[in-house]
Amino acid sequence: MAAEQGKVDPMHQFAIEPLFGSAHWEIAGYNIAFTNSALWMAIATVALWIFVAGGMKRELVPGRWQMAVESFTGFIDDLLEANVGKAGRKYVPYIFSLFMFILFANLLGLIPLPLALAGVHPFTFTSHFTVTGVLAILSFAIVLVVGFWKHKLHFFSLFVPHGTPLVMIPLIFMIELVSFMIRPFSLGLRLFVAMMAGHVLLEVLSSFVIDGLNAGATFGLIVSLPSFLLMIGICALEILVAGIQAYVFALLTSLYINDAENLH
Amino acid sequence: MPQIAQLAETYSSQVFWLLVFFGFVFFVIGRGMVPRVMDTVALRDRQIADDLAAAGAARQQADAEEEAWRLRENENRAQAQAIIAQAKAEAAAASEKKLAAAQKRLDKKLAEAAERISAARGEALNEIENVASEAAQDIVQRLAGVTVAKTAAAAAVKKALSHG
Repeated sequence: MAAEQGKVDPMHQFAIEPLFGSAHWEIAGYNIAFTNSALWMAIATVALWIFVAGGMKRELVPGRWQMAVESFTGFIDDLLEANVGKAGRKYVPYIFSLFMFILFANLLGLIPLPLALAGVHPFTFTSHFTVTGVLAILSFAIVLVVGFWKHKLHFFSLFVPHGTPLVMIPLIFMIELVSFMIRPFSLGLRLFVAMMAGHVLLEVLSSFVIDGLNAGATFGLIVSLPSFLLMIGICALEILVAGIQAYVFALLTSLYINDAENLH
Repeated sequence: MPQIAQLAETYSSQVFWLLVFFGFVFFVIGRGMVPRVMDTVALRDRQIADDLAAAGAARQQADAEEEAWRLRENENRAQAQAIIAQAKAEAAAASEKKLAAAQKRLDKKLAEAAERISAARGEALNEIENVASEAAQDIVQRLAGVTVAKTAAAAAVKKALSHG
């Protein structure tokens, strides 16, 4: 691969590799190899489970850990309360799972050097649109199911805003329909692109650092040092992006659910 | 870009494992653990609200009791003042009665005295008439040598006296 030629391939970090000789696992002809991507899903799941389990002490006066878990559930609860209203409470489990799963995936994917030195490379599975796409389709499916369940065919009135002139209705309907159908794509792509862009940027900068150092002390000073400083800054930015993208995903999902719950 | 280059060979495993792990997250953590965490929060909130309500109720009760105490106190004071006023009134009435009785006694004594005085005066007047008529009889007998009847002398004296 590229790394063997002494160069850093910024895309290599997104490559999926089967682990533990599972490359040929199949169900009904579909490959279900346990890949590095699946491994990090498992790690995110276990980490999230440990995090939430630590907050299950159910004490009247919460400790720090319980307080942290409760502030996350309270945060999601408030988010749904603000965007959907009282009916939003029943979506707390889903939105919480979505938000925390994406958040843990994003943050775990950022874990830098110490693990890499041990030969374990963090893998950010939210930088794959197969993954974000499935999550987006899940959210979209919930919106559709809830919308048609609650409002039957009246759900289509979502595409006709109040006060639309009669002549304009077909046109507006088509525009609203397209903007509605585009939602799962924008939802999934946003997360995928944001995560991928950040990781590519970090990787490119790190290749600057390495190449600069290899080219000699002068280049090291001119190129590597500023690149390294920039990397530190961008790492901080990426942590912020990890949180923001998880939040945006949860927020948009709750907004879409609001459409389904309350129409307009 | 591995996301696209490897799409055909990896999409099924990606989707499968994502559904497995996200399903676990949703059903075990989201539906199993999160509601209990939120129950704890709700329980705490309710307890805090209950405690606040209890404190509020206690304060209200204290206020009500203070109000009742104030009312009772005012009533007692009013009662005490009423008793004092009544005692004053009774005392005033009693002294008035005593005064009235004393006055009546005095009046009676005065009236008796006045009666006695007028009786005495009447007696004195009679005495004077008698004396005057005897004197007149005597004078007439001595001067004129005529004996005048006692009644005539008395009538004459009465006439002269009433003419003053």
